[in-house]
Amino acid sequence: MSDAPLLAVRELTVRFGRTLAVDRASFELWPGEVLAIVGESGSGKTSLLRAVHGDLPADGGRVHYRLDDGALVALDALPEPVRRQLARTRWGFVHQNPRDGLRMSVSAGGNVGERLMAAGVRHWGRIRAEAVEWLRRVEIDPARIDDAPRTFSGGMQQRLQIARVLVTRPRLVLMDEPTGGLDVSVQARLLDLIRRLVADLGLSALIVTHDLAVARLLADRMLVMQGGRIVEAGLTDQVLDDPQHPYSQLLVSSVLQT
Amino acid sequence: MSLPGYNFAYLDEQTKRMIRRALLKAVAIPGYQVPFASREMPLAYGWGTGGMQVTAAVIGPDDVLKVIDQGADDTTNAVSIRRFFALTAGVRTTERTAEATVIQTRHRIPETPLTAGQILVYQVPQPEPLRKLEPRETETRRMHALADYGLMHVKLYEDIARHGRITLSYDYPVLVNGRHVMSPSPIPSFDNPKMHRSPALQLFGAGREKRIYAVPPYTSVESLAFEDHPFHPWKAEAACGLCGATDSYLDEVVVDDRGGRLFVCSDTDHCATRRARGHRGSAAGHALTRAGG
Repeated sequence: MSDAPLLAVRELTVRFGRTLAVDRASFELWPGEVLAIVGESGSGKTSLLRAVHGDLPADGGRVHYRLDDGALVALDALPEPVRRQLARTRWGFVHQNPRDGLRMSVSAGGNVGERLMAAGVRHWGRIRAEAVEWLRRVEIDPARIDDAPRTFSGGMQQRLQIARVLVTRPRLVLMDEPTGGLDVSVQARLLDLIRRLVADLGLSALIVTHDLAVARLLADRMLVMQGGRIVEAGLTDQVLDDPQHPYSQLLVSSVLQT
Repeated sequence: MSLPGYNFAYLDEQTKRMIRRALLKAVAIPGYQVPFASREMPLAYGWGTGGMQVTAAVIGPDDVLKVIDQGADDTTNAVSIRRFFALTAGVRTTERTAEATVIQTRHRIPETPLTAGQILVYQVPQPEPLRKLEPRETETRRMHALADYGLMHVKLYEDIARHGRITLSYDYPVLVNGRHVMSPSPIPSFDNPKMHRSPALQLFGAGREKRIYAVPPYTSVESLAFEDHPFHPWKAEAACGLCGATDSYLDEVVVDDRGGRLFVCSDTDHCATRRARGHRGSAAGHALTRAGG
């Protein structure tokens, strides 16, 4: 890890009418680090993630990002073409529902190749080869490259979505409940895959989850959210083994013990 | 000369001014779709209302008008529109490409190369090349604004993945002036190269969709493709049965109920000119050809 944060979020606030969804959230994400945001449903974790990604307009606060040349810039100060360029090459967003992140009528190969084509690659053979390579890496049989994602199982769709995002080798990946809606054995395989890819590629990742086991497996650090506020932050093992805030204690003790 | 009770070329002067303002903007930004207040015309949407409004806005009393539909001068739509302007504007009409100053077309570019000073007016059903890939108008406008055209290549990628080559044979998307991706209207891809650096002014009108766009003379028009799958204009592997031409775009005509068929030039003026010069195809003198010519 380097000595400068990749992402610095300062006092980020999101309102839906009179409801305060995210209340002055501040945190940093370091290069190569995986940070989990946990909390119960309605605690504002997905809103926070979408505000960081720029999908939701922030009502206060700023998100700073370190560009490839080392300069720390406020995202809302960047012109839209630059922001979009960044979003489709250096950033990635993995949706909870793969149908939101994939083009369901386009073949698996086309889905993986889309970001390459958006980045200006105009050689069909190279795009194809890259797509085959990435299907292999996410454990999808490359023979299915011309099949549409709707013929894939839920777990395969989620892996395809991950391949589609990682093909441009982003530095930062935001994931919203990447294992939600999958059965337990598929979840375990997917977590294993994400953990390996994050380590291989040296990615920084921000993962929203309500599942503490996911945080335990993947994250270096975690944030606990309640009612739109970050109530506790720390190393994953530290927070899970010795929670300080009453809400974190409740969350940890509510997990079924065997 | 023109029909009493109607203004010259049917539309009132304010409307023509509004359309000309849109045309000037379209010429200034090649390939950019300019919204305009499309009017009701005395024929149904989809029959060339956009092209007719553009023609009405640019035509003057000294112009000579040619109208083609799928390359032919003698189809219903071409005949009707030609007569409409002969009646309302009193302009001279012709079937000869070289004689015309304004050519309104549906789905073809004439075979005879266009020259400086000529205006080609296209009838456009769907001006947005990204529409089938992205249904939201707000999103396609933003994609044009940011030149975010990766999606267009996804479509071509899919074509090659499925068929081994780009099978798109009409309405083949082009990049105009190195900036805007544009629909050339449903002309065959065979005609795409004719748009590139054409000396004629090319104007596009979409009446139902209320959009006007343009390609000024000598503007680069490049058909999209991949480096290892270059653009390949499509044409039937045959020669015209009437005039023997091998370099023109051909229509396939079924001539009997025993599988007999005939390939003929889709550009009737081109075919007739060649026959008048003595060129003869393999089916010259066929019973069907004697009646119509």
